[in-house]
Amino acid sequence: MIINHPLLGPRDSAEFVYLGDAGLLDRPDPETASAEDWHAYAYLRDNPAGEHRELWWHEGGDRSWLVVTRNTVTHEISKVEIARDVARARGRSK
Amino acid sequence: MRYSGFKVIKEALTGHKGWTPAWRDPEPQSHYDIIIIGGGGHGLATAHYLSKVYGEKRVAVLEKSWIGGGNVGRNTTIIRSNYLLDGNEPFYEMSLKLWEGLEQDLNYNAMVSQRGIMNLIHSDAQRDAFVRRGNAMILNGADAEYLDIDQIRTEYPFLNFNDARFPIKGGLAQRRGGTVRHDAVAWGFARSADSHGVDIIQNCEVQGFRVEGGVCKGVETSRGFIGAGKVGCAVAGNSGRLMSMAGMRLPMESHVLQAFVTEGLKPVLPGVITFGAGHFYVSQSDKGGLVFGGDIDGYNSYAQRGNLPVVEDVCEGGMAIMPMIGRARLLRMWGGIMDMSMDGSPIIDRTHIDGLYFNGGWCYGGFKATPASGNAFAHLLAKDEPHETATAYRFDRFRTGHMIDEKGMGNQPNLH
Repeated sequence: MIINHPLLGPRDSAEFVYLGDAGLLDRPDPETASAEDWHAYAYLRDNPAGEHRELWWHEGGDRSWLVVTRNTVTHEISKVEIARDVARARGRSK
Repeated sequence: MRYSGFKVIKEALTGHKGWTPAWRDPEPQSHYDIIIIGGGGHGLATAHYLSKVYGEKRVAVLEKSWIGGGNVGRNTTIIRSNYLLDGNEPFYEMSLKLWEGLEQDLNYNAMVSQRGIMNLIHSDAQRDAFVRRGNAMILNGADAEYLDIDQIRTEYPFLNFNDARFPIKGGLAQRRGGTVRHDAVAWGFARSADSHGVDIIQNCEVQGFRVEGGVCKGVETSRGFIGAGKVGCAVAGNSGRLMSMAGMRLPMESHVLQAFVTEGLKPVLPGVITFGAGHFYVSQSDKGGLVFGGDIDGYNSYAQRGNLPVVEDVCEGGMAIMPMIGRARLLRMWGGIMDMSMDGSPIIDRTHIDGLYFNGGWCYGGFKATPASGNAFAHLLAKDEPHETATAYRFDRFRTGHMIDEKGMGNQPNLH
């Protein structure tokens, strides 16, 4: 698979480390979250067959975190974003 | 029809006109006591034990395609019970014992071959870990044997003993491990279940669950609604897809695992060899092909095919430990979808919906577990309580902190 890095252009996916569902960006607020919220965040996944937004880390490159939108049935990558931009767009401060 | 050597000779002499289909092709009835979703190894094994051991008479197995077309036909056919943790080892040892009696139980030649499995050791720390695991196996009634370097040289003279990065220091052997003809496992369980009255319904895709007042009443399928007292799900890599129809999110990700087989060769490998440090394992099939594999690709996938970096990684591992494999030509490679759980261990449990039961999360280790999984799931479905060897395989172990994490990797499925 080729991941089209927003800053570096097309890169081999072997340069990256895969973390998982991009929902991991939405960490529960420790002030208000219940144990059930943490259980769902840490262990439960949608695991869709089809479009999946997921976190890849460019370990063998610029060490940026990316949100890759990829089809889990065809492996086709339709969108690549910098994870920091995605997190800020969701209201996170950093 | 009972199979025997006498029957084979008789048919050979009379033009093979007396063979009949190994199982029926029935129309689905409107209601069953128990429906199993998934006509793979685990689903068919469950049906076999439900009908033969637990006396359930009205059982159906629903399969969206043909039986045995998923992971039971895609794995590398290895059986073993070399686990460390209490939640696992008694279960897998029960499985190995069931394998040992399987062909008599099923009256079917599954070519169970206890040719042994050997895990290579490359460092003092790894030796400590493997000896500890061997002791845990012995404590649970399994067999384990530490091999020193001289024994390895005698039994496996073709290995690379001069690798500077991973020098061979010893091995942990389980002589009762081995390989089984995987398709025959599906067919043998199917034939036995059918002979005990189970309806095996192929080309019948489950499209939804009918849940009323928190109770599962049956399943919507491509061949209409089928009512059921209890519904058991055993669909491996498609677990997330299926259970989402019941509104469930699972502690799992689906990943692709690749496997490879070479052209047929004369016998060169005495058993199964695993080179964990180099992400490579290999055995030789009865047809002569070297069957080998390595790690999962590591990203969510339902594609049943992987990518080239892992192919390269696996082949590098093979060349590093067993250079002669470079002389063999690759015949086929393929991928299967693994339901990788958050701690690397399976789940056999009720769900929050009454009458709906789940069996999954087998990661890349489902094949060896097939008979025990079927037996334990049948026990749960028939008696509504877990089998004594499967009490740890609960959904709520992630909530309560009772993970069964053999590798100690935490909630990162692609590291298990």
